[in-house]
Amino acid sequence: MAVAAVRTTNPMLLVLIAVVVVFVVAARRSSAPWSRSLAVFFRLGLIVIAIRVVVEVVFGLRLPGNVLFALPRVPLPAWAAGVSIGGPVTVESVLQAAVDGLRLAVILLCFGAANSLASPYRLLRCLPTVLYEAGVAVTVALTFAPEVVIALGTTRDARRLRGRPTRGIAGLRGLAIPVLEGALDRSLQLAASMDARGYGRRFVAPTHRRVATGASALGLLLVMVGVFGALDPGSVPAGGIPILAVGSVLLAIGMTAGGRRSPRTRYRPDVWRLPEWGVVLSGCAVLGTFVVAGVAGVPGLQFTAYPLHAPILPVVLCIGILVGLLPAALAPSPGGPGHRGLDPTSVEAEPRPSAGVTGAPR
Amino acid sequence: MIRFTDVTFAYSDSDQPTLRHVDLTIGEGEFCLVVGTTGSGKSTLLGAINGLVPHFTGGHLSGAVTIDGRSTRDHPPRELADLVGMVGQNPSATFVTDVVEDELAYAMENLGVTPTAMRRRVEDTLDLLGLHELRHRSLLTLSGGQQQRVAIGAVLTASPRVLVLDEPTSALDPAAAEEVLATLTRLVHDVGMTVVIAEHRLERVVPFADRVILVPGSGEDLIVGRPQEVMAESPVAPPIVELARMAGWEPIPLSVRDARRMAGPLRRRLAGLEAGLPASSLPGAMPEPLAAAERVSSAYGSVMALNRIDLGIRRGEVVAIMGRNGSGKSTLLGLLAGLRKPTKGRVKIDGQEPGDLPPRKLIKLVGLVPQDAAVLLYCSSVADECEAVDRESGLLPGTTASTLDRVLPGVPRHHHPRDLSEGQRLALALAVILAPAPPLVLLDEPTRGLDYPSKDRLVSLLQELAADGHGVVLATHDVELVARVADRAVVLAEGEVVSDGAAREVVCHSPVFAPQVAKVLAPETWLTVDEVRAALTASVR
Repeated sequence: MAVAAVRTTNPMLLVLIAVVVVFVVAARRSSAPWSRSLAVFFRLGLIVIAIRVVVEVVFGLRLPGNVLFALPRVPLPAWAAGVSIGGPVTVESVLQAAVDGLRLAVILLCFGAANSLASPYRLLRCLPTVLYEAGVAVTVALTFAPEVVIALGTTRDARRLRGRPTRGIAGLRGLAIPVLEGALDRSLQLAASMDARGYGRRFVAPTHRRVATGASALGLLLVMVGVFGALDPGSVPAGGIPILAVGSVLLAIGMTAGGRRSPRTRYRPDVWRLPEWGVVLSGCAVLGTFVVAGVAGVPGLQFTAYPLHAPILPVVLCIGILVGLLPAALAPSPGGPGHRGLDPTSVEAEPRPSAGVTGAPR
Repeated sequence: MIRFTDVTFAYSDSDQPTLRHVDLTIGEGEFCLVVGTTGSGKSTLLGAINGLVPHFTGGHLSGAVTIDGRSTRDHPPRELADLVGMVGQNPSATFVTDVVEDELAYAMENLGVTPTAMRRRVEDTLDLLGLHELRHRSLLTLSGGQQQRVAIGAVLTASPRVLVLDEPTSALDPAAAEEVLATLTRLVHDVGMTVVIAEHRLERVVPFADRVILVPGSGEDLIVGRPQEVMAESPVAPPIVELARMAGWEPIPLSVRDARRMAGPLRRRLAGLEAGLPASSLPGAMPEPLAAAERVSSAYGSVMALNRIDLGIRRGEVVAIMGRNGSGKSTLLGLLAGLRKPTKGRVKIDGQEPGDLPPRKLIKLVGLVPQDAAVLLYCSSVADECEAVDRESGLLPGTTASTLDRVLPGVPRHHHPRDLSEGQRLALALAVILAPAPPLVLLDEPTRGLDYPSKDRLVSLLQELAADGHGVVLATHDVELVARVADRAVVLAEGEVVSDGAAREVVCHSPVFAPQVAKVLAPETWLTVDEVRAALTASVR
């Protein structure tokens, strides 16, 4: 969906995408803590739109059009030529900026949706064995975030107890050091605990393993570049698709080579079944519609504010987006029978005061 | 099973060795208790068992530590993971994953156990530790006792032969601590596990131990022996042992049951005597309330942490708030300290609402020492810390330093607060809080990690504070502390006051909260050894 949002600038389509995303999330989210991230991303999106419009109003290039209102133009020295502050503001430029912002906001919303639907930990479980070390690093980082929030609360309370300001720049400076100190402490303890529990025991010939890890890391990098190229044709010289292909092959080789002889075993891996395939396919369908439409040049995919007109609504693309609704019905319901999601009971546990010197149970 | 041969260890930044020429053998299936004052090297000794010392801490270790024939010299901790399980003081800091089941499986994944065996062992461990109802729960949502049990389970799944625990019950309420200790004894008796455990609150563990290792500190020789022998001469001893020493019981009883069987004559002697200090002997007790919570409720989201609590605190009174983990003790202290505002109801201290005051005024009214006293300290030396407090609170230069001397003389001024012992750090935090002279002083779990001498100092300090007309509120699990200092005890459960009254009545009538002396001498209501001693000497005269 995010890719689709990148490919279009039509505000109607963008709004439609947003609605579909929110609907799917509402239908299929669990009650785990990360599920609330959609709201956060939604707010972030609104802020992005607002900033984009304000920046446009203040600094924007002055394109001709219907003047909405005029700001006093600030004279700038010669070296700042090309940048203008103030001046007449046109409806077209504001509209264009708003649509740009909307595009970004919808992309953010899509990421928020992904975040709120999938446990980051479960995604990591799907990582191939070769990348296990990297996966653990990410898991640790993820567990770390809530701890930092708690540490922040504790430190703020402690400052209040010491009679120091808790707000403003002075407050912020006093917060950072104790929180970082706590973070370092915790990571040392965690490292000791992981080591004591057998993390990093070596069974395989080191060179073999290193080559495999290297290959998969390089592959992953190429895949990333490739995806970037596919999203924005022209940014990568060789074109996105070939790089993507090479990267994928390399990644696959590295993974099979490294994974084959890894001694590490996995506890109750997630099963990949029909519903999962359904979700993936419907996602691909949305993307497919947009790519095909882009190549075939369906009118309405792109929207420009010059000249001013109402955007048209291409039917094909609408249908394409609506396919994205399917996961709402297809996806396995969270915590359903036979599915190893997080239990709903996990949130209605006892109160864990999110902040407070006095309230952090250990 | 575990063999220390002529082990000497020194941390790289100190010239004094922490352990000197230690020779020690711990056999299979032993339940070994390590005792000693803070900073005596208990944790170092435990860490040396699985190689975290010196592989992780640095420092120089000479001699040899072998576990089941494997030397920690050649095997880093990860190579010993299938042999030694290590559980720390703070379980939440050692969790790698987010869900109970995954955490249990983590060590096995590292060891390369096959999936079927892994599945079976996880199920076995869930049953053994009574965790099956928590299996899908997120680790962050568990209570302290549950977290500690998961931490134990997480090392048990690797089926180690040795279990090493460093103060596993220090953060737990009495009931949860019993639960963890019961689990450990079960492991020793049913599975033949070798358990080595360090613990400050001896009264909890001594009855279960086969052997006691006393670490005297400053590199002196370890004293190893059966609990009765070591306890008879140990400088640190649980109240039951002190009572036995006073009454001259032989051999020293270690459990309440043994002591009760010997206590018949003592009970008869005490029967006619006045139980403890009469209420009127509290010197500074004044009638007017200093602080009051009126029908206070507090909620986190939809969960009520406190539900319509009424509580008054008078000057010169020491109030102990007890209750299991998560019963709202800390929340109540937070409300009184003005860290948060009540959802409903009012909190008044000297007629002012603490939640509305700016920080500068607040500290002159109420001071709270949090559970982890270190969070209050952020200067790089003790002297800086004292000066910072004087400067920021607008006190005369030197006020905090002299307060610190009153709290605990001889805290080294040039040390970083992190390098202080637990007791010294608490003293510094107390000095920081007490310097602006707030009439109300709150302490959250002050005895966590404190050894007996530091605890004695804390007790006398709290009594001085009360005598000066301060109101003191303690939230604590430590029933022995409550027995010694508290005038009043309030028991909370699920955010409501269950009982509120004179500490003697509240504590003696609860099977969970009763201190050891009360259990031994019931039905007489005696709380501490000192009380008994005072009454006996008075009666002789």
